[in-house]
Amino acid sequence: MIRKHRAHPLWFAYALHRLSGLALALFLPAHFYILSKALTQPESLDNFLTLTESPMVKLAEFGLVFLLAVHFLGGFRLMAMEWLPWSDRQKTFAAVAVAGAFLVSGLFFLRVV
Amino acid sequence: MSANCDELEVSVWRGDRLSGHFEVFHVPAQDSQTILDVVSWIQQNLDATLSYRYACRVGMCGSCAMMVNGVPRWTCRTHVKKVMNGNKLEVAPLRNLPVIKDLATDMDPFFDKWIAAEGLHHPTKTRDEPIETINPDSTMRAEANAGIECINCSVCYSACDTVAGNVDYLGPAALQRAWTLFNDAKDSGQNAILEAVSGAGGCHNCHSQGSCTVFCPNELNPMKAIAELKKATTKSFFKKRV
Repeated sequence: MIRKHRAHPLWFAYALHRLSGLALALFLPAHFYILSKALTQPESLDNFLTLTESPMVKLAEFGLVFLLAVHFLGGFRLMAMEWLPWSDRQKTFAAVAVAGAFLVSGLFFLRVV
Repeated sequence: MSANCDELEVSVWRGDRLSGHFEVFHVPAQDSQTILDVVSWIQQNLDATLSYRYACRVGMCGSCAMMVNGVPRWTCRTHVKKVMNGNKLEVAPLRNLPVIKDLATDMDPFFDKWIAAEGLHHPTKTRDEPIETINPDSTMRAEANAGIECINCSVCYSACDTVAGNVDYLGPAALQRAWTLFNDAKDSGQNAILEAVSGAGGCHNCHSQGSCTVFCPNELNPMKAIAELKKATTKSFFKKRV
């Protein structure tokens, strides 16, 4: 449950950044494992790649691209906060990062379906 | 319904450092009533053993902060009508600090961290020298001015999840004080401050959740002060290496 002192935009931006980072960290080993099959077991990789035609996997890819984009843009927001001259528009920047991530992942989704 | 509206149902935390529970009191509603008025009314009329802390009652001393309906607030300047949930209120001791009794917390860890962050005066002159002239328009003075209205109420410290997760973290108030003094022409402790705030519990622990700035009753911006300290410590780190 979100406790009341956490219910504000920058805390949600923090949580999104942390959760997307954790999810990507979990995804990467699986990603490299599958990629390694190109060298070790090409037939098994081909079998796996047929899975990517299923709508569920496409939806999951949309989620993955969203996580990647939101973590990437959110990371730039944090670096800008800590390196560039201060701006009071931190909430706006967080919103732009999320909107940008939806744009990128949405375009990706439209391309694959 | 109307009878209920004239009466507040107030859950107040009773207990000590080790354990406690909420106790419900019924308090008559009044116009322009503050949370501190409610707590005082309970102590004066229903239970004289209720412990809480206040002093000035006008938002200057920083003594009366408590958790009100789950968020930290200065209770003397918080109107009941603004925060009421139906006719219910929940008042608890500040988060992230040890409870002494009921609503009174032990502020020692909070103030110890001010000292640990070098949030104390490092003089530049003796009393025999003339007073330094300060240009109020200088950039550094503007940075220092931004933080001097801190009343040490510990609302930011209680709002911060990084403090909750790391007992060594100096916290928003101490770091903001460090940034204020760092920019004060009458303070000579710049190196000591950078050293103090770049350690294990220092400014780089901050996750920029921004709860400090959201809840600061004086509308200060500790999140900015901490971001500026991050910049200053990083600059100093690379300068030393060159």
